[in-house]
Amino acid sequence: MVPLADLWPPIRLTLELAAVVTALLLIVGTPIAWWLARSKSVWKEVIAAIVALPIVLPPTVLGFYLLILLGPDGPGGWVASLWGTRTLAFTFEGLVIGSVFYSMPFVVQPIRNAFEAFGERPLEVAATLRASPRDTFFSVALPLALPGVMTGAVLGFAHTVGEFGVVLMIGGNIPGKTKVLSIAIFDYVETLQWTPAHILAAGMLIFSFCVILAMMLLEKSLRRAGQ
Amino acid sequence: MTTGKTIRARFHGRLGAFALDAAFETPARGFTALFGPSGCGKTTLLRCAAGLERFADGYFALGNDVWQDAAQFRPTYRRPVGVVFQEASLFAHLSVRRNLLYGHRRAVAQGANGEIRFDDVIELLGITHLLERSTRDLSGGERQRVAIGRALLSQPKLLLMDEPLSALDRLTKDDILPYLEKLHASLAIPVLYVTHDLGEVERLADHIVLIERGRVIASGLLTEVQGNPALPLARIPEAAVSLDARIEAHDTAYGLTKVAVRGASLVLPEVAGKIGEFRRIRVGASDVSLARNAPAESSILNCLPARVLGHLVDERNQVNVSIGLGRDGAGDRLLSRITRKSWDTLQLHVGSEVYAQIKGVALV
Repeated sequence: MVPLADLWPPIRLTLELAAVVTALLLIVGTPIAWWLARSKSVWKEVIAAIVALPIVLPPTVLGFYLLILLGPDGPGGWVASLWGTRTLAFTFEGLVIGSVFYSMPFVVQPIRNAFEAFGERPLEVAATLRASPRDTFFSVALPLALPGVMTGAVLGFAHTVGEFGVVLMIGGNIPGKTKVLSIAIFDYVETLQWTPAHILAAGMLIFSFCVILAMMLLEKSLRRAGQ
Repeated sequence: MTTGKTIRARFHGRLGAFALDAAFETPARGFTALFGPSGCGKTTLLRCAAGLERFADGYFALGNDVWQDAAQFRPTYRRPVGVVFQEASLFAHLSVRRNLLYGHRRAVAQGANGEIRFDDVIELLGITHLLERSTRDLSGGERQRVAIGRALLSQPKLLLMDEPLSALDRLTKDDILPYLEKLHASLAIPVLYVTHDLGEVERLADHIVLIERGRVIASGLLTEVQGNPALPLARIPEAAVSLDARIEAHDTAYGLTKVAVRGASLVLPEVAGKIGEFRRIRVGASDVSLARNAPAESSILNCLPARVLGHLVDERNQVNVSIGLGRDGAGDRLLSRITRKSWDTLQLHVGSEVYAQIKGVALV
């Protein structure tokens, strides 16, 4: 029988990972979504397709390339050498980078839709009221897109919590460092430890349901407030 | 504000399939209507003035302040301009008060002196009771009034209005027009007002720029453009001249009011207002007939000496005659629509002394 205390490290690691990844996704994804919503560049749809790739790509393929990029001979290895380690693969930082790529489309798409939904007019109005483009972004565009940003954040968080294939490829299975929930469940099932697998799986099920429900309710109330 | 300041605009270029080649000058005071049929480019012209559209070949100046020319282009947020769009376009995430203060705060932070005051604006527009509401609880007319207030509070030196009434129903329009008239009377800043509604032009405009297919075909004082037989406004069936008339006296026994325009006095059905106040009146071309001699007895109250200034025969054998009020013809201009037969019978020509008999004068 596995002591309950053993269940905690993967849960904590998963939540930490998802929180860091979500924060990074909002910081990186919002400008990308803004650019995709507003730009008239011919490269726009190319970039959009690259961002959306993880939706259709098998996680193992993404994981494979990330492993090469993060490994000792890739740019990740060079970055890692800055603080004296060999590689970013099989580290928490590596997991964060991988997850950011993997969950990006789930954050960018709803935010982009929200930016596109209100059209050009509010931005023009803000400009006629002396707001610079930067001021307009923060005082008009972002508040109007808030329901989309919330949706993106929740989806990004939930998607990161649930990932498996990419983590397995680039993170391995190091307890406390890269052994996240989904890997832990896989491990318990592999070794026929049904009780902890049941506990974690049921927990994930309830968590996922709550997330989706909360998101729907939140979006509904934000939309009502925003009309 | 200095009189004699002018707005000078010239925009040339293409926007998709649409070609714009328009230039006009208008005094930087009062309402200037940009008038023309839908799709003629008047809205594009207004957007160019705001800096929302950009043509490589463009020039815009308000007095000595050049907003764009060949060498520079000031982006919209650096132009002291207020814009009222067709739809109110209020910010959905802000209350009415914060909508109103959005531009005000920024303009003052950027050094505007804030002489257009919050309290004055909300009182003028009758929106004091709406301040704490959410924008979604407002009626169409209230929304548009808030939008006008928001534009005014951004301390513009030029107000641009793009068909601000066209998205509203008839009743709401009638509800807002008095506010625009109040604005007209109390506002020191010039207004460029885009519309395709002649009624709004007759009621509000001092100057007019006529636009057709991306080109300016005439511009000038409203009455002069209306009363010029060579221009399209004089040829439409409902051709009329708008005049600003000063209330002279009330005849309460007969329910009449005597008003003065340049070169003549007119009598019209009783008008509310104090002696000395100005009212906009409208004299339709088909309501003005001409006589060589003063009729001895007539039921028509307004029979005014005038002089023929010009005429144009149209394809329906009608003659549109421009007349100047007063024996010397130097007063306000009217337009008279008579038959070609009358024109010939009376042997009229430019300079003829006539009597203009006006069947109906209406307030607008």
